[in-house]
Amino acid sequence: MREVAIVGVGCTGFKSVTPEISYKEMMFEAATRAYQDAGNINPRKDIDAFISVAEDYWEGFSIFDEFVPDQLGAVLRHLFTVSGDSIIGLATAYMLIKTGYFNTVALESHGKPSDILTLHDIVSFAMDPILNRPLGGHPFYVAGMEMNRFLCTTGNTRDQCAMIVAKNKGNALSNAFAAYGANVDVEDVLNSDMQFYPLKKIEISKPADGGIVIILASDKVATKLNENPVWIKGVGWASETPSLETRCWSKAIYARLAAEMAYKKAGIMTPSVEVDFAEVDDLFSYKELQHMEALKLCRSGEAGKLTEEGITQLDGYLPINPSGGMLGMGWPLEAAGLQRLQEVVLQLRGQAGNRQLSDVEIGVAQSWRGIPTATGAVAVLSNYKG
Amino acid sequence: MSEKIKHFPGESLKGRDIREGRVPTIKHRPNVKYLWSAGVAMSRFLEGLKKGKIVGSSCKKCQRIMVPPRAFCEECFRPVDGYTNVKDTGTINTYSVSYVAGDASRIKEPILVAVIDLDGASKGMGILHLLGEIDDWKTIKFGMKVKAVWKLPEERTGTITDIKYFKPME
Repeated sequence: MREVAIVGVGCTGFKSVTPEISYKEMMFEAATRAYQDAGNINPRKDIDAFISVAEDYWEGFSIFDEFVPDQLGAVLRHLFTVSGDSIIGLATAYMLIKTGYFNTVALESHGKPSDILTLHDIVSFAMDPILNRPLGGHPFYVAGMEMNRFLCTTGNTRDQCAMIVAKNKGNALSNAFAAYGANVDVEDVLNSDMQFYPLKKIEISKPADGGIVIILASDKVATKLNENPVWIKGVGWASETPSLETRCWSKAIYARLAAEMAYKKAGIMTPSVEVDFAEVDDLFSYKELQHMEALKLCRSGEAGKLTEEGITQLDGYLPINPSGGMLGMGWPLEAAGLQRLQEVVLQLRGQAGNRQLSDVEIGVAQSWRGIPTATGAVAVLSNYKG
Repeated sequence: MSEKIKHFPGESLKGRDIREGRVPTIKHRPNVKYLWSAGVAMSRFLEGLKKGKIVGSSCKKCQRIMVPPRAFCEECFRPVDGYTNVKDTGTINTYSVSYVAGDASRIKEPILVAVIDLDGASKGMGILHLLGEIDDWKTIKFGMKVKAVWKLPEERTGTITDIKYFKPME
């Protein structure tokens, strides 16, 4: 069976606003960098298929797919759009190459939330129109309810969530792609405005504009395009129920199932030992803890303690979100997953600059589709083909 | 009813039954609003319209003058080399006569729409716009020469409607 590698990454962003550039120009810039990174590949003839990940309501277009080809070099070529998180797009690209019909696939995702005037109304529009929408309110109250139940059931604490904010915003200071790096401590977090009890304002990732393009290749061509390919060892995705009335509020079951699928493919039996570092969804502070536990990087109720003991810091035994996560880099809508993935690739290549981790061989990237979904995806990557 | 089955069992519903609440439904009007950044190429285009000019962009590699302008050449996948004005005259590439308005209502005075290959732009490139000052649409011909009719400078706002329509050049 052929193996699949990531041979190119290109990023533009992340910034709180980007009035100087259109989404097309943003995508062109990210794509140009990715093709350059993949051995200066020419997309007009060297890329076999293209995938974009986009959601019409985030873009403000019906059938947004049609606005994609030009800026990726995909005119008159083979392209489709995946509506989902961008790691689900990665899984799709991975499978395309696995079929044997494609040797190179370009995967694109971007977010330009600064173009959206009514961001939370669009999130509300994702809620059930019969049962939930008529109640009104800001949809992020869903996160407040989940945080409350998660902390209550697992024994992780309010202060440990605050430590996530301090760590991730701190990590982001050495990440040039990050929009919201800052020196904050637990006290600053606890003094932040209460927004959705027990969630404070500073614990909610802020929207950011940016785009990422990833080039995938089969083992047949990977090393020709990049002498440091990063191998995709496994991918997984899963959905729990959309029902807010009946879903599990204490655990991220979607992430657990997605991780089990990816680990099985990657041959990982004991993630807490075998995984060297992870980039996980931290749209809200507590999500990092919840996702660490779902990914079996620790036992239930232990994630907060590991955070408190510094285990998840850059110099710790199990660094989590060395990039700064979304709390530090910003929330780029559907590109969130590729934002996680890009950091795993850079770390495994040894190109993460000041925040470079030492001796890393296996990294995990995990995404969540955000409020009000219970869908997530996981990718396991390694710099060893093995 | 189909050809074979004349009567389905049960009670048939009319649109009125739904509108008048005899069938349970739920109504929601989303509040979705956007303010797109026009970006490098489209900002030049819109600023050009305000000045009564149609701006294109050029690629030295494929030698095309592209309208509407873009920041990159999608054929060659490289940044464009510059921006240049094209003429506000051109020829009709294709057209249609629309007897239906935006709200799907029937209209007596049809809306004339056309894709116009602009003079100075590469073949097959130009503008989609309205046609005007045409008494009988049957006089519209493929390849017919047309010219932009602009709003007064003080009325222009930097939008595609700064051009009112294109009219025949005779």
